[in-house]
Amino acid sequence: MVADTDKHATYLDQILERRGSDATQLLQILREAQEHYGYIHTDAIDYLSSRLAIPRVKIEGVASFYSFLYLQPQGEYRVLFSDNITDHMLGSAGLLKHMCEQLWLEPGKVSEDGLVSIDITSCTGLCDQGPAMLVNNIAINRLTPARIDKICELIRKRVPIFSWPAELFVIEDNIRRKDILLDSDYLPGASLSALLARGTVETLGEIKKSKLRGRGGAGFSTSSKWESCRAAHGQHHYVVCNADEGEPGTFKDRVLLTSYADQVFEGMTLCARIIGARRGFLYLRGEYRYLLDHLQIVLQRRREQRLLGTSILGCADFDFDIDIHLGAGAYVCGEESALIESLEGKRGTPRNRPPFPVTNGYLDQPTVVNNVETFAASSLIALHGGDWFAATGTPASSGSKLLSVSGDCERPGIYEYPYGVTVAQVLADCGAHNAQAVQVSGASGVCVAPNEYSRRIAFEDIPTAGAFMVFDQSRDMFEVARNFVHFFAHESCGFCTPCRVGTSLLKNMMDKLAHNHGSLYDFNEIEKLNQLLLSMSHCGLGHAACNPVLDTISKFRPAYDKRLTHQQFEPAFDLDRALSQARQMTGRDDPGSHLGGAHPGETT
Amino acid sequence: MSEMNFTLDGKAIPCAEGQTIMQAALAAGVYIPRLCYHPEFKPHGSCKLCTVKVNGRQAASCTQHAQHGMVVESNTTELNDERRALLQMLFVEGNHFCPSCEQSGNCQLQATAYALNMMSSHYDHFFPDRPLDASHPEYLLDFNRCILCSLCIRASRDVDGKNVFGLAGRGINTHLIVNAKSGQLADTDFTADDKAAHVCPVGVILRKRTGFHVPIGQRTYDIQAISAMNSTEEAEK
Repeated sequence: MVADTDKHATYLDQILERRGSDATQLLQILREAQEHYGYIHTDAIDYLSSRLAIPRVKIEGVASFYSFLYLQPQGEYRVLFSDNITDHMLGSAGLLKHMCEQLWLEPGKVSEDGLVSIDITSCTGLCDQGPAMLVNNIAINRLTPARIDKICELIRKRVPIFSWPAELFVIEDNIRRKDILLDSDYLPGASLSALLARGTVETLGEIKKSKLRGRGGAGFSTSSKWESCRAAHGQHHYVVCNADEGEPGTFKDRVLLTSYADQVFEGMTLCARIIGARRGFLYLRGEYRYLLDHLQIVLQRRREQRLLGTSILGCADFDFDIDIHLGAGAYVCGEESALIESLEGKRGTPRNRPPFPVTNGYLDQPTVVNNVETFAASSLIALHGGDWFAATGTPASSGSKLLSVSGDCERPGIYEYPYGVTVAQVLADCGAHNAQAVQVSGASGVCVAPNEYSRRIAFEDIPTAGAFMVFDQSRDMFEVARNFVHFFAHESCGFCTPCRVGTSLLKNMMDKLAHNHGSLYDFNEIEKLNQLLLSMSHCGLGHAACNPVLDTISKFRPAYDKRLTHQQFEPAFDLDRALSQARQMTGRDDPGSHLGGAHPGETT
Repeated sequence: MSEMNFTLDGKAIPCAEGQTIMQAALAAGVYIPRLCYHPEFKPHGSCKLCTVKVNGRQAASCTQHAQHGMVVESNTTELNDERRALLQMLFVEGNHFCPSCEQSGNCQLQATAYALNMMSSHYDHFFPDRPLDASHPEYLLDFNRCILCSLCIRASRDVDGKNVFGLAGRGINTHLIVNAKSGQLADTDFTADDKAAHVCPVGVILRKRTGFHVPIGQRTYDIQAISAMNSTEEAEK
């Protein structure tokens, strides 16, 4: 009989060999160990602890931080329904219930035979073709009761997921409008040839002239970032592409990496030349695991074309290569310093800043972290020049922006516009009639009301990472805000007191309003909490957590007013609701099992 | 060359290159509320109690470097109100029952709450389920009182060279764990001589059979307010 530890040693040895027994690769090692074994076994942790010479407390700390890593046995099939508001609007809650009934299990629990578990997860970036789910981290879109039944059948028959019908996994680009970025006839290598012809410093000059700003939403000047990193002293410099596209409602990076990967990788490569880096990383969110093989193929082809690797395009001192690092379900890793921690195999906790990554980034070395779209744009600037790029857009926001349009509209998908486009124009183009509101830039962005539809998408008006979620008159804006608040509470990293506790308090307050126990007192509490999170939180997640609530309170007050059923303060505790467990256990829901005239079926 | 200094609530505080605002304030005998800061360890900046306004912008004073000419506000109504709210959050996040706690009077969370006039916990309690670990012959771990300051983690890692403690989970589920497959302190190499055994600002890491040697009423912060102590070292005596 094989000892338990040996059982784990066999597959872990292969992973460790591939990963060079490098502790900075811990997250990747754990992810691959789980892909092999189904979860991370406690014996596997012991083995990794001795092989990597890191304490098991650290390995457990990392494994328990990421939503997609498990320390307990999971179902052979792990089903996660995307929980974004757009999935809800397309009926995801009903589909989840339907699937649970089909397979006889409760959400969040593993079936007794260990076959399957069903739960929810944060937005999976398929809002234009939802409702969506991940099965063993592979994305499935356009869920319907019929598709759910088919999936249930495949699970019951224990068909391995790689043998499931391909039509379940067809993810569409849905590009609806192209502009300078998406409409280019781009040849791999063209930008790098232009870079070598023009010269490194001169190319940086073109980036500067283009006035390119970061596409992740913050809008920092790309040339300034590259210049600072180039000037920073260090043993090595690094280029990191942030493809941890976790902001609910955003899916433009998914499309860029699917159909424009060369442009992205080329942007990273020219950045490497400019800052003097030999190594780069693409940090790909775990939800886009299905893109991994495709991206590896593109990277390999580029190596064969001498666009990556040593002596790129025959230039003796131009060496650069890119590794793909897969995330594992943590929105906070979209924050650049948390992303770097995660790249180093740690918990994704944002660092104290300063120092900033341009001087002290990956392994404490100078590092450029840019958004996928920023790199794609920079490759076009190297090719066509800064003036060409700056001719599009507005004075403070040059170039174009990819918008991920979803929600209540006829044509959801990717829309590329020159900066400065009005909200009204986007609504007209996507076929959104009678829109009550648009949430721009995701949960942490702004909620735009009809009287503001003349506002522009640009750094000088509404900056955005790209999400554009449309809500028609039938939607309850309170529930929209509540969905986002639940998201933030789930994604808070837990490092600082205000965000760790405050986001959960806020969630409880919103649930209290939803359960009709709200009064003016709770409003004031929410506003005080917002002030505190803004003032005291460690990073942008905490700063933004109250945004959706404050925006909707100020612009959609009636949605809240109807929840203010009480003049005076009411406690959140509800005795009748607290009895729901007892009712469930006894299988009762008759009037006699309720207190104070509550009606059957209304308590959950 | 003139000496470097900055103003803290209008008072000139001398500072040196590389010093944080907290270090300079401690050296000058000025109290800034704090829980996760300890002068012997690398600052962490997670409790956020030491947040001050530097030239009008909030920053954690334990991680923010002091610079000549800075204008720093700390003891203001606005900041103290926010600090009190943070304390209330810590109180409702865990299970803190001061009257029956053997650390009462020696607890920095309790003492800081007194210093900032916290009269109630204000928010709804979470009442988390956190089992005790009494496995170790000499020490008890009562996780109910953990405020996730990570001082034991830093002490064990950086001073004891042991890594007995670590953080696991995320968000509101973040919790302290120990370095053993069983999850029990008895199965780690933790000893009473460890620095980590002596840095807990609250009542998580407790020496057994000594709890009430000093009667309540005669303990550290029963005698002197935490805000009147010049340094953390003094507080530890």
